[in-house]
Amino acid sequence: MAILTIRDALNQALREELIRDENVFIMGEEVAEYDGAYKVTRGLWKEFGDKRVVDSPITELGFAGLGVGAAMAGLRPVIEFMTWNFSILASDQIINNAAKMLYMSGGQFKVPIVFRGPNGSAYQVSSQHSQALEAFYGNFPGLKVLMPSTAADAKGLLKSAIRDDNPVVFMEQERMYGLKGEVPEGDDFTIPLGVADVKREGKDCTIVARSMTVPLALQAAERIQEEFDVSCEVIDPRTIKPLDIDTIVDSIKKTNRLVIAEESHEFASVGAEITYQVMDHAFDYLDAPIKRISTAETPMPYAKNLEELALPSVDKIVAAVRQVSYL
Amino acid sequence: MAKAATGPRAGIKTDTATKNGSGKPLDSLTEKRQSADFPDVDKAIAEYNARKDSQLAAIKKTDKELLRKMLYEMVLSRRFEEKCAEVYRMGKIGGFCHLYIGQEAIGVGAMLALEPTDMVVTSYRDHAQAMIKGISPGSVMAELYGKATGCVGGKGGSMHMFSKEHEFYGGHGIVGGQIPVGTGMAYAAKYKNTGQVALCFFGEAAVNQGSFHESLNMAQLWKLPCIYICENNQYGMGTSQERAMSIRSIAKKGEAYGMANEFVDGMDVMAVREATLRAVERARKDGSPTLLEVRAYRYMGHSMSDPGNYRTRDEIAKYQERDPIVLFKDSLQEAGVLAEKDYEAIEAEVKDVVEKAAQFAEESPLPDTSELLTHVYA
Ligand SMILES: Cc1ncc(C[n+]2csc(CCOP(=O)(O)OP(=O)(O)O)c2C)c(N)n1
Ligand SMILES: [Mg+2]
Repeated sequence: MAILTIRDALNQALREELIRDENVFIMGEEVAEYDGAYKVTRGLWKEFGDKRVVDSPITELGFAGLGVGAAMAGLRPVIEFMTWNFSILASDQIINNAAKMLYMSGGQFKVPIVFRGPNGSAYQVSSQHSQALEAFYGNFPGLKVLMPSTAADAKGLLKSAIRDDNPVVFMEQERMYGLKGEVPEGDDFTIPLGVADVKREGKDCTIVARSMTVPLALQAAERIQEEFDVSCEVIDPRTIKPLDIDTIVDSIKKTNRLVIAEESHEFASVGAEITYQVMDHAFDYLDAPIKRISTAETPMPYAKNLEELALPSVDKIVAAVRQVSYL
Repeated sequence: MAKAATGPRAGIKTDTATKNGSGKPLDSLTEKRQSADFPDVDKAIAEYNARKDSQLAAIKKTDKELLRKMLYEMVLSRRFEEKCAEVYRMGKIGGFCHLYIGQEAIGVGAMLALEPTDMVVTSYRDHAQAMIKGISPGSVMAELYGKATGCVGGKGGSMHMFSKEHEFYGGHGIVGGQIPVGTGMAYAAKYKNTGQVALCFFGEAAVNQGSFHESLNMAQLWKLPCIYICENNQYGMGTSQERAMSIRSIAKKGEAYGMANEFVDGMDVMAVREATLRAVERARKDGSPTLLEVRAYRYMGHSMSDPGNYRTRDEIAKYQERDPIVLFKDSLQEAGVLAEKDYEAIEAEVKDVVEKAAQFAEESPLPDTSELLTHVYA
């Protein structure tokens, strides 16, 4: 297995899929000549040229919609948003068009498109550049929502997303692009959509985390193990929609406790959805009320001390695990 | 002569090799641009020389104190941004940091043609513009440091300077997002019959957003007193204007909406001032909007994290030959309204102001943690 950063794993996935299928093309701001604002598309324009890797004007609604039309007419676009914050301008095309087209057309028009880019906070980039939008997109039937947290997952899921016949919202995290991990060799490596992964096995408490909160949850689990001899199981759904609730429920049947850690705001979040589904499927197995760690219910502040306070952290997850474990 | 131009930063590419995988040369405008000899600069020089007499005449009929203030604000903008670059590299400023160096004539020429009660809204490239509109350098720097004494208490940072007191409606982080907002500010002025005008700054790349086109249509349709100032610094991040826009003239786009429009030399602060005064007059007379395309050049990277590999040192140097501060200073001297020692006095005063701003920011406290939850709702 090769050790890759998440950035390079994504790059490999894109490259392999560009080679595999000539209908795949990449479009977005600065994806070509600049090598990508966060260098995820590094080298691809040089290798594949102007037709396959396209710099767009700053016109999110336009190029997202162009992608939808191109997908309906037989191409497989990969549309990069420099960050998901800017997808809000394009959300009409994602939600009103991409998500609805198959259904509205009575099953005639598939929209095999991937919208991808970094989601969530970065480093003090303030209110308009720090939003985690998975719950927003997850609310619309017709969209699949993916959030990898490791290099292998990033590669395997992106390849599956590009091959999938549905519109996929693929959310990365800027703070995580440099994280390294083992990635299986071979261009046939994929990870199926809709399957959660147990990132750490444990027996006393389940932590469900995604994207940036996965490494935080793993650190919290180590600390809790050392300090309190409590063993946490960390589950990463990887696919937010469709959600693999079975893996989460199976874990709770073993641990009887659940903490959810997420970077989005808490109101109507994915964590809220998981909480409901767990109640529906495993209420009798819970020994404590579910605790959830989310980002504060405020736009993201700029000041460093306030930003730290707003975001989920290892300390906050540890405190939540102690609370559900009555420690 | 005191240093007025700032040199390019590291990592600027000088070769022109760009080939695609098939080995064929790319039909890329970047490549053409890198080898071209900047005819637009030569044209701007010729046009500038041709209007030099009328520029000197305009200078002579302008209040001397105002001229000094214009030069002062330009020098302050430049030195303040240089300080930002310095302290950013020391880790004092976080997040994004977009500098205004090279574009000073636009903010100064436009905003000092307004009344203090007129309204301004802009993009994330907002530090200098906030100061020109009257926000103190100390509170802008403190905002950059994320301190409680910043103009928005540390909540906004580099991209989000605001001041209600100074009719400064903010730096906005979403490209094109402030254009409808500026339109709405003008709508309110007309609705309440306050006589104010709204001035809305945005970059040339923002013109490709729908928000620009939707706004111009409404403003002309409803005769809103809005002055749209497109700061054409020729790049949106790493993408040159011609790689992103089907036609070169942004001013002409006004015509599609029947809107008064002008192309203005953004290195000539007097030209920006005169064009803005004409627009203000139109706006105050019958509420007519104006689109100004003001062409300048961004000396620094897009933000502090941009290595700038998409343009050459030659290109930057070529545009820096027409440095807006040098041009203005020379004209003021030629018109006999500024002596070298006056300029030196401005530099000295600015140096002191910038140092004090940084010191104020440094010594100010962080926001209280209770501030996290304030201002979510009114
Ligand atoms: C909607 C949106 N898309 C992308 C970005 C990222 N971005 C920030 S500034 C910028 C370039 C804008 O260029 P221009 O409008 O010319 O203004 P300049 O930076 O040159 O002042 C880009 C792509 C953003 N902030 N908002
Ligand atoms: Mg620009």
